Amino acid sequence: MYIIITGLLLGGSYALIAMGLNLQYGVARIMNLANGEMLVAGGFVAFWLYTTAELSPFLSIFLLAPVVFALNWLIYRIMLLPLVRRAKTRGQLEVDSILATFGLSFVAVGLMLAVFGGDYFSYSYLARSVPIAGDTFALNRVSAFIGAAILCGLVYLWLNRSRVGLSLRAVAVAPESARLVGIDVAQRSALAFGLGGAITAMGGALVSSYLTLDASTGVIFTLKALIVVIMGGVGDVRGTIVAALMLGILETFVATVIDPGLTLAAAYGLFILILLFRPQGLFGRASA
Amino acid sequence: MKRRSVLRLGAAALAAPAIIPGRAFANDPIRIGAVAPKTGPLAGGAAVSHWPNIALWSSQVNERGGLNVGGTMRPVEIIEYDDQTNPGETIRAVERLANQDNVDFILAPYGTGLNIAAAPLMDRFGYPQITSTCITDQVVDLSGQFSNMFFLLGGATGLAEGIVSVLAGMRDAGQIGGNVAMVNVADAFGIELAAAGRPALEAAGFNLVYDSSYPLGTQDLSPVMRGAKDAAPDAFIGFSYPPDTFGLTEQAQIEELEVGAFYTAVGASFPAYAGRFGPAVNNILGAGGVNATSEAFQAYAAAHTEVAGQAPDFWASAMMYASLQILEAAIETVGADREAVSAHLKETTFDTVNGPVTFDEHNNNPEYWTVGQWQDGLFRGVASTGREGAVDAVVKDGWT
Repeated sequence: MYIIITGLLLGGSYALIAMGLNLQYGVARIMNLANGEMLVAGGFVAFWLYTTAELSPFLSIFLLAPVVFALNWLIYRIMLLPLVRRAKTRGQLEVDSILATFGLSFVAVGLMLAVFGGDYFSYSYLARSVPIAGDTFALNRVSAFIGAAILCGLVYLWLNRSRVGLSLRAVAVAPESARLVGIDVAQRSALAFGLGGAITAMGGALVSSYLTLDASTGVIFTLKALIVVIMGGVGDVRGTIVAALMLGILETFVATVIDPGLTLAAAYGLFILILLFRPQGLFGRASA
Repeated sequence: MKRRSVLRLGAAALAAPAIIPGRAFANDPIRIGAVAPKTGPLAGGAAVSHWPNIALWSSQVNERGGLNVGGTMRPVEIIEYDDQTNPGETIRAVERLANQDNVDFILAPYGTGLNIAAAPLMDRFGYPQITSTCITDQVVDLSGQFSNMFFLLGGATGLAEGIVSVLAGMRDAGQIGGNVAMVNVADAFGIELAAAGRPALEAAGFNLVYDSSYPLGTQDLSPVMRGAKDAAPDAFIGFSYPPDTFGLTEQAQIEELEVGAFYTAVGASFPAYAGRFGPAVNNILGAGGVNATSEAFQAYAAAHTEVAGQAPDFWASAMMYASLQILEAAIETVGADREAVSAHLKETTFDTVNGPVTFDEHNNNPEYWTVGQWQDGLFRGVASTGREGAVDAVVKDGWT
């Protein structure tokens, strides 16, 4: 029971980290390597608001979301759209966008160093224990998990129940055909990219309540997000959530029952197994 | 191509006046290279312990007119490179500083691995390397191979034995029992300290009830702390790095780990650590320490806060500053001559913020702090290999 709950809590963090990247990669077709930096930036802002104005990270995400959405929307329109227009194939766009966002990640690290400095930033928020099913858990992790569940639920509902969501899914499945039925692909992609960035930054704000971050930690989160997205299947929200929870439970299981030193090995082992037997990801469609 | 050569000509023309002989040689700066992480995994630590001291020292030196080299006051000019916590980049930057920037001195890089990576080149170019963050048990080998490499912060065995001796003292005083839980980060530093800690604990008659490692960058340390708690230890030792130092402490707080002694390694002496955990930090033990109430440290901390806008940590910061004080004293005594500075380092006692420092025959500073403890808002040294000002360790009583 302890393993399951701890694993779910960890998986919730992974889902938060990966959800934004899934939208950006699945719909906008941008493999955003600066994803982790956006997460750290969100964490920075939450830290700053908490230490200066005592604003809870659960409130600062509402301030953060529109600003980061606008920022990412602009990044897409200005920096990435020319790449999309230029790319003849999906493969070429992937290579171009990986290179471009790789560069962007350095710019982001540099900007954060200039603005916030290189120091660790961490604060204590809801660092209390809550009893669940006879065990004690960290309240900040539990709250972030609830936040993650709400966020993922909303994204899932929105994608599957709304008209805009439908068009986003259409773009994810077949960008060329989507254009034929009157969907403005560039505009929808910018929307997905901005939204993905906003979700990532909100995730950063939530995880900053229990993780210690600094300007250079972004790449760790990018890698984790990448694994989760690829395991879950590109462009499928359910896949991301399931993969994130699987990873969380597996890591906790290995750490508790076998040895904490083997968590990384177990995570990458699972990753390799999935790549071997389901290369398109758990919920992904086989590419035509 | 053409435009670039025009630019180059222009730059040469602009630079020309500076190299006309006889012009203002008196105020020629002493050029000093600095290479350390500004990005990458060690950037957070370097931003606390390394870079602010360089800014502080250079501003202090230049404020009083510069270094007194043979009667002329020469300001210092710092040339900084970011090595991205990548040993390859450290080496490249050292090469560049030596060959292209032609600096007079190069400050030792940050961290054990990066210092060892830079050592062969520093040695080949003849630069003294006064390390202040290089913790290793290979001092004898390294200084035998690289005669200009100096060590200030101590060795892994010294640090590990320091905490064991503190625990033994507390146990012999009847303050804690004999069961110890030990975890370490699976990285060079943590592995080396744990390897030194195991035999030391055994020799001191402790019972190791939990012994585990976790990968660098582990995001959820609750299984680790959980395992430690289930073993019901009387003392907890974590040979940890900054992100997990914070993580282990928070998890111990949440799990309400009831131990009389709680120790984490790198990061426990950071002001941000006290800032995060507030009063719960009281009586937490950590690696390092300083004579926090000494006049020299207090004056240093005040100047550091004023110039760098942040307080120094209570361990490596002061040692980094001490390395700059040592370099300064050596240059002022024997001039900006690298060979003479290295020779001088080996035969002199230097007055630093941490008290007098004399290097032994292996270029090692044998007297260093090994364990500190948060007591009433200060991280005070409780154990050392011969420093003055140690206070008694206090039993930790709860997490509030």
